[in-house]
Amino acid sequence: MYNEKVMDHFSNPRNVGEIEDADGIGEVGNPTCGDMMNIYIKVKDGILTDVKFKTFGCGAAIATSSMITEIAIGKTIEEALEITRNDVAEELGGLPQVKMHCSNLAADGLHAAIEDYRNKQNIKK
Amino acid sequence: MKRIYMDHSATTPVDSLVVDAMLPYFTDKFGNASSLHSFGQEAAQALEQSRQQVANSIGAKPEEIIFTSGGTESDNLAIKGVAYRNSRKGKHIITSTIEHPAVLSTCAYLEKEGFEVTYVAVDSDGIIDTEELEKSIRDDTILISVMHANNEIGTIQPISDISKFAKERGIYLHTDAVQSLGKIAVNVDELGVDLLSISSHKIHGPKGVGALYVRKGTPLQTLAHGGGHERHMRAGTENISGIVGFAKAVALADERIVDDAKHMRHLRDLLINKVMNSIDNAYLVGHPTKRLPNNVNIRFSFIEGESMLLFLDMKGIAISTGSACSSKSLEPSHVLTAIGLKPEDSHGSLRITLGKDNLQEEIDYVAKALVEIVGHLRAMSPIAGKNPSLR
Ligand SMILES: Cc1ncc(COP(=O)(O)O)c(C=O)c1O
Ligand code: FES
Repeated sequence: MYNEKVMDHFSNPRNVGEIEDADGIGEVGNPTCGDMMNIYIKVKDGILTDVKFKTFGCGAAIATSSMITEIAIGKTIEEALEITRNDVAEELGGLPQVKMHCSNLAADGLHAAIEDYRNKQNIKK
Repeated sequence: MKRIYMDHSATTPVDSLVVDAMLPYFTDKFGNASSLHSFGQEAAQALEQSRQQVANSIGAKPEEIIFTSGGTESDNLAIKGVAYRNSRKGKHIITSTIEHPAVLSTCAYLEKEGFEVTYVAVDSDGIIDTEELEKSIRDDTILISVMHANNEIGTIQPISDISKFAKERGIYLHTDAVQSLGKIAVNVDELGVDLLSISSHKIHGPKGVGALYVRKGTPLQTLAHGGGHERHMRAGTENISGIVGFAKAVALADERIVDDAKHMRHLRDLLINKVMNSIDNAYLVGHPTKRLPNNVNIRFSFIEGESMLLFLDMKGIAISTGSACSSKSLEPSHVLTAIGLKPEDSHGSLRITLGKDNLQEEIDYVAKALVEIVGHLRAMSPIAGKNPSLR
């Protein structure tokens, strides 16, 4: 059902966990099937130095979470905001059509974490 | 890698004795049962012997058995057949909320055709509310269709109780016995049904063959028109090899049912106990005792079924789940919803359906694998962290 790359990220997910002193946290739910994803980010000089995730969801949800952390780490905030749902699925070599909505969750989670970071920055100012 | 199959409610391997019984009917005895020559008569004889075998098993007469392509066709023929033929008497049908799609989709189709359908609720164990069922009977009710045992949670319904008021009111009663055949007693008179669906591939027979029992005197509309096969109820050259295989599978199931059910029940209870004792926040789904001897359905909080299924598959274990993520519609199983589970609870449900050939050591292996996988996925779950009592 899933290709090798998806199965690899699913069975050996990268960057699982929480970041204790995260600079931003994105908590998103999947309206389609009811799953949940939390993305934690650490930012230094406008660059995502660490990204971690926790996911309650299917194989594709776990694999896309893992993949987006890999894509995002080392990117600037601006670059990270440009990561789309399709980018994640493409990096994974494709997802079954019914599972495309799971990659939405990953992109939304990352963007929500960045928004949370920006809100916190504004409060500090 | 050794593979462990525990998805017997989906389908079963064909017994080698069944294969042996079928083989001559592909090559030597390939005749068309309608032909008058010796080839045809050979096939006709095999067909009638098979009919006798299946009829005997469920306490029916041979002329009350219509061979079909399986459970789905039998359900369609029973429900549409009764509905179309009796529509002048009334257009109301009663069924339950936890039927197989073969029944539910047929009923939904009939609603578009102008029939009215009442879907009677079940309790949190999946047992139909017989009082509500009785209350929903109307003067124009022509058919009640309630499954004998559920394919997801294994709950066994009180069909003979329902039969009492169906008989009193002169309403035809159909039951889908696809999952119960070969596992618990299936007898048309004890159940008191007028129509009963069965399928071969769930009892170690070949796929694509089944039967509908139709009690003598039950008016039924033909759906497949053509030659006069199956007493004009279902046209089409009979699938002799499949029917012979089905009959052999029925005969073997009859011989073994007592021992097999005892064995599966033992393994079922062992697996349930092991899982419950080693994993917190795990819950048995379905009735604790009124359940098929081979059905285990457990839900695990905070994690999702498809990801459990994939990890189990990597360990060679084949099971299924009622999670929304694993369904094409992205809806949780309608059965789990009907027993009152919230979508997030259905998410973590696993169905493990045992077979006669499963072994105790396989139960140990599966229980251990579950502990590992549930732990791994919970460590990854954003909601599990908020619940401290995890093992
Ligand atoms: C309760 C029930 N009814 C009907 C069917 C359909 O049977 P078949 O696969 O033979 O069409 C199934 C099998 O999935 C079933 O479990
Ligand atoms: S998270 Fe539900 S389908 Fe992927």
